[in-house]
Amino acid sequence: MEVSRHWRLKKQRYALQGEVCPHCSVKIFPPRDICPDCGLDARTPFQFSGRGEVYSFTTVRDAPEGHSEQVPYTVALVRLEEGPLVTAQLTDLDQQDVEIGLPVEMVTRKLRSDGERGMLVYGYKFRPLLRPAA
Amino acid sequence: MRPVVVAGAGMIPFERRDEDSLVGMMAVAGLNAMDDAGLGDRAVDAVYVGNMASGLFNHQVSVASALVDRLSLMPAAADRIENGPASGGSAIKNGFLAVASGYADIVLVVGGEKMREVIGPKATDIVAAMTHPSAEYIYGVTLPALAGLFTRLYMEKYGVTREHLTMVAIKNQENGLLNPYAHIRMKITMEGVLTHPQAHINSPIVADPLHLYDCCPVSDGAAAVLLTTEEIAKELNKPIVTIDGVGQATDTHTLQERSDPTDLKAVTVASERAFSMAGLKPKDVDVAELHDAFTILEIAESEHAGFFPKGEGAKALEAGETRIGGKLPINPSGGLKARGHPVGATGVAQAVELVWQLRGEAGDRQVKKATTGFSLNFGGFGNNVLAFVLRRKS
Repeated sequence: MEVSRHWRLKKQRYALQGEVCPHCSVKIFPPRDICPDCGLDARTPFQFSGRGEVYSFTTVRDAPEGHSEQVPYTVALVRLEEGPLVTAQLTDLDQQDVEIGLPVEMVTRKLRSDGERGMLVYGYKFRPLLRPAA
Repeated sequence: MRPVVVAGAGMIPFERRDEDSLVGMMAVAGLNAMDDAGLGDRAVDAVYVGNMASGLFNHQVSVASALVDRLSLMPAAADRIENGPASGGSAIKNGFLAVASGYADIVLVVGGEKMREVIGPKATDIVAAMTHPSAEYIYGVTLPALAGLFTRLYMEKYGVTREHLTMVAIKNQENGLLNPYAHIRMKITMEGVLTHPQAHINSPIVADPLHLYDCCPVSDGAAAVLLTTEEIAKELNKPIVTIDGVGQATDTHTLQERSDPTDLKAVTVASERAFSMAGLKPKDVDVAELHDAFTILEIAESEHAGFFPKGEGAKALEAGETRIGGKLPINPSGGLKARGHPVGATGVAQAVELVWQLRGEAGDRQVKKATTGFSLNFGGFGNNVLAFVLRRKS
């Protein structure tokens, strides 16, 4: 993919920045500039906290070109604290079992590499919420 | 609107077809449909081609122009219709509108896809390109991954089990054994897929809870129907099968933006619109072709289309109601699971099967006394859905 295609998404992809509707306060991710609820103009940036919980998940073992190095990888729907669902890979799972309701937080990780000489693409993934040692 | 008759139906066997080009496959399917109609030297006014991704799979675009030339149908109008996995259904809708409106009297609709020209991971990538580029695709989301996320939620909510999913696969592969056009022609058992010590090798995980035998194969193939007016159909002396209902509806591009991701709203609305146009109800349907790209979809669609209440589809399946000979046979062709899923061909192949069923020409897989058929072509992950009601006139 083209560099410009990744560049224009940097706030969404590196900072989990979406939008909030100034008319009905709905939080929007991914940004779309039009509120899906009330249909009005919605361009106000909104910074999500990056915390949420697993809503559904699947472990992919038959990967598309560009993701074969990661197999198997777990894709989840994550319910963000602020409301929206977001689709992302889970990471740093070690031996941990994933289950619906698992608390997770956003981190930045490598998403894919386009061949040996190609671009490295970074973006958000979610890991099990780190808890302070008791 | 004028009534629209499907006067001809034809296809080629779906499989890996290394010796055929995309346009070559579509030409043979088109000829089969025109021969079936007994068109003679009548001119085709318009051609609609359903194809998702010839530019990516085959590095060829403008395939409608290429097909018209290959079949020497010039100066017929020609368009390629792209609507993801519902491209075939959308092509039929366009052909239907052309005849119904009086724009054309004789229309050829061909659906085709040649997917096996690229290696497996490339094909998975091309199909994944229909997902949201920045919210799904870039994270390694595939169509089986979306189906896996959906399946887990559906199992939690409605108590659907892996046994139920496997029952869909067993039923449709049994039906596929009766269909000479089917890609997968192999009997499978609950033991071999689910309980045998080697089951995980026979049917490895694709995107859990979905395993290999929950997913349709990657196929090459083409299918075609010839649409015309009642007057011309009577001259052709073919049994009259009409398209009485066409419904289409959309939903959010992504799964994540649906208030309830288990609710396939576009399936419900498209089906309601098709039944409303036809003046019929789900209970009037004798045979249905649903879009079982993944086993869970046959169960979920059978509920959302109105054949069974939510959560009851798996029970109807378990009770044998959806087998050939049951109350509502679903996918007697073998469905996408066994017939195969050359993406742009599927919506047209569903119509071909319904025409054969309603004419009584379906051979060993014939559903008895079938006069009303229903098909559902599911695009994206349920974000663009077409439904059709076909009827045999006595």
